[in-house]
Amino acid sequence: MMPMAAIVALAVVTYGFRLTGPLLRGRVTVPAAAERLFADAATVLLIALAATSALTAGHGFAGWARPAGVLVAGMLAARRAPFPVVVIAAAGVTALLRLAGVG
Amino acid sequence: MRFLWRTASPALWRDVGLVCVADGIVGVSFGATAIGGGLPWWVPVALSLLVFAGGAQIAAVGVVLAGGSPLAAVLAGAVLNTRLFPYGFAVADVVGPAGRTGASGARGVVRRWLVRLLGTQVITDESVAFALRHSDPARRRSAFWACGVGLFVIWNLSVLLGVALGSAVRNTDAFGLDATFPAVMLALALPTLTSKPTRVAAGTGAVIAVALTPVLPAGLPLLAALGGLGTRWSGWRRLAGRWSRPVPSGHGDGTGDDDGGAALDKDEVRVGGGR
Repeated sequence: MMPMAAIVALAVVTYGFRLTGPLLRGRVTVPAAAERLFADAATVLLIALAATSALTAGHGFAGWARPAGVLVAGMLAARRAPFPVVVIAAAGVTALLRLAGVG
Repeated sequence: MRFLWRTASPALWRDVGLVCVADGIVGVSFGATAIGGGLPWWVPVALSLLVFAGGAQIAAVGVVLAGGSPLAAVLAGAVLNTRLFPYGFAVADVVGPAGRTGASGARGVVRRWLVRLLGTQVITDESVAFALRHSDPARRRSAFWACGVGLFVIWNLSVLLGVALGSAVRNTDAFGLDATFPAVMLALALPTLTSKPTRVAAGTGAVIAVALTPVLPAGLPLLAALGGLGTRWSGWRRLAGRWSRPVPSGHGDGTGDDDGGAALDKDEVRVGGGR
């Protein structure tokens, strides 16, 4: 479940992140090392999310079709394929494998 | 908005259009997957209007669909959106209205602030990347606003379309839509894996998260993945040094940080990376 309060909370926090720079313009600079850590935290989360949402469903294994689709998409993304191609490939490969009976 | 029509070039509109198409596909998938997972229609719609940050929206919904608590979903989304913090500094000069045009006095002040608050909402990976491609202030401004406003409209429309499709199609898994979330995350993250410490941290975090998924409540493995940041000792040391030291008055101090900043700027510009 995702209550409205949670959505509003995320919206407020997000807007706060966006607004700080325009508000403090010219008065404060963010240490470059802190910027790097923020950026790396986001990268670590994205990769961890990609891994868990590709491989797991609930507390168990998601089956082979989904990680296979994500793997193909990842290879396309690494070769700098256009974003729509990456997304459609992920869905297409997974759907075809399921159609062929792969779990 | 009149300045947009004066200063935006056809090439700019074409590039913005391409990014909008890419993100529109993700938006449709996001709306359909959220509905397919059993969430009410207003969850993806409200997230898209109020949060307007694709990665965080997908992460939050992903956590909830996996059975995680709303708190874990908000935390995951918030951590992803910390990147908007440095973005705000990067485009602070173009978020507000142009120059001294428009009414003066109290009404002018109110209007300027209204424009600034609206511009703040459309700070995204893409609009920042578009702005950073130009150094001329007028072109920076038109690139930022064309991309930001265009994306806001397309993103919300496409999520609505996805919600409609997701309601019509019973089993979205048959279309492989569940594979689009991790694929989007991967496509967003790959360009940022530029340095070895980042790759090690991300790899460690992913292993931690997958290993803990069978035993921890949903949402927690993801937050535990941030433990992967522990591998970046040098970054933590540098940060601690920077904040505990008084402002350096001599030479030498902080040059390393400056290099890091320049490298970061390059990493962060991910044109067409998707929302």
